[in-house]
Amino acid sequence: MDINEFIQKLQAEFEDIPAGFLKPETKISDIEGWGSMHALIVIALIDTEFGVTLKGDELRKIQSVQELYDMAENLKNNPQ
Amino acid sequence: MAHFSISNVSIKGIAGAVPKGELSNWDYTHITEQERKLLIKTTGVEKRRMVGNSGITTTDLCKVAAEKILEATNTSKEDIQILIFVSQTPDYFLPASSITLQNRLGLPKTCMAFDINLGCSGYVYGLSAISSLISVGKFKKALLLCGDISSAGPPEEDKSVFPLFGDAGTATLLEYDETAETMHFSNQSDGAGYEAIIVREGGMRKPFTVDSFTMVEKEKGISRASRNLELNGMAVFNFSVTEVPKNIEEFFKVTSSGPESFNFFVMHQANQLMNETIRKKLKFPPEKIPYTLPKYGNTSSASIPLTIASELADKVSGEISWLLSGFGVGLSWATVSLKTKDLICPPIIEL
Repeated sequence: MDINEFIQKLQAEFEDIPAGFLKPETKISDIEGWGSMHALIVIALIDTEFGVTLKGDELRKIQSVQELYDMAENLKNNPQ
Repeated sequence: MAHFSISNVSIKGIAGAVPKGELSNWDYTHITEQERKLLIKTTGVEKRRMVGNSGITTTDLCKVAAEKILEATNTSKEDIQILIFVSQTPDYFLPASSITLQNRLGLPKTCMAFDINLGCSGYVYGLSAISSLISVGKFKKALLLCGDISSAGPPEEDKSVFPLFGDAGTATLLEYDETAETMHFSNQSDGAGYEAIIVREGGMRKPFTVDSFTMVEKEKGISRASRNLELNGMAVFNFSVTEVPKNIEEFFKVTSSGPESFNFFVMHQANQLMNETIRKKLKFPPEKIPYTLPKYGNTSSASIPLTIASELADKVSGEISWLLSGFGVGLSWATVSLKTKDLICPPIIEL
């Protein structure tokens, strides 16, 4: 999955985000109303799509959509 | 991994009871409308039943469920020789609620009765305990009563707990049956996660003080006292989507089974997103997975039998092959495969 496909899937999960808002450089904390429910949705999406489970504190360190994608890819390619 | 099999035991019927009082999460005004929508979409919990100020306890719900299943299966009280009550919301610290239920149900004094203190994994653990006793061959019939009134504690000001839980009591009738298919279990525990879901004060480690009742704001939208249930949603989520699929994949290997081997896979009703993630990882088709989260919420130890009785009552005639899995507080998790023949599920009782 490339970053654009990942963004499309994220977009599909968050119905309230205006189309085109999410870009690789978008800060996750800029998503309107970002909170623990969003975090669970992101963890579930990455678990289903990449087969890896992000931990809460790993997710808290993430700033941008690109970093999120990179972390998921990295975990997938280097299983702990 | 604790894999074991139990023979000569069959489940005859399952009944469930819920309080009449209903609360909708669409009316939960402690959070914004956007948060409400997201909460309902993510957790799947739209409505739930709550005992509120009615005075109804877990044993009251389990008692009517037990009476209903005895009646529906034409079972004489005199034949019940084991009663196990699984709950984390018993009537008293002591005596055990199972024993008060033996008397209130009019069961004979020859009936053995004891409690098991487990929540989300409690139904499968309860089945394993009661079935291993029955399989010995000395007891004819037994009642497994599972229920919780988890809604009774959490304050409305705690958005991380309050909207999730509903109250329910269930009764499962089991009997010694030499024609029954063997049950297979895999039960696990990890006490390192004991703080993921916890009521910190009021037990012997930290008895109540005046401060146990003081509300403290932990973060925006989350205020609670230390006597209230505390839930680390992220930790529980990570545990469940990691350990449950691992447990079941191993279970499939050991028992040479797979999603195609079962008519239904009934999970503890934890949270829609979490349960769906587990479902996708295990490649179960959606039509094999019943849910009561939308109408009853997370009903703790009652969730699996309540979901069977509520959602599948008209689909259980003939032989049905089940996979059941409970997971959560402890941390504790357990899976069982079993078969039923013409399972009896009377309609859910409202108390």
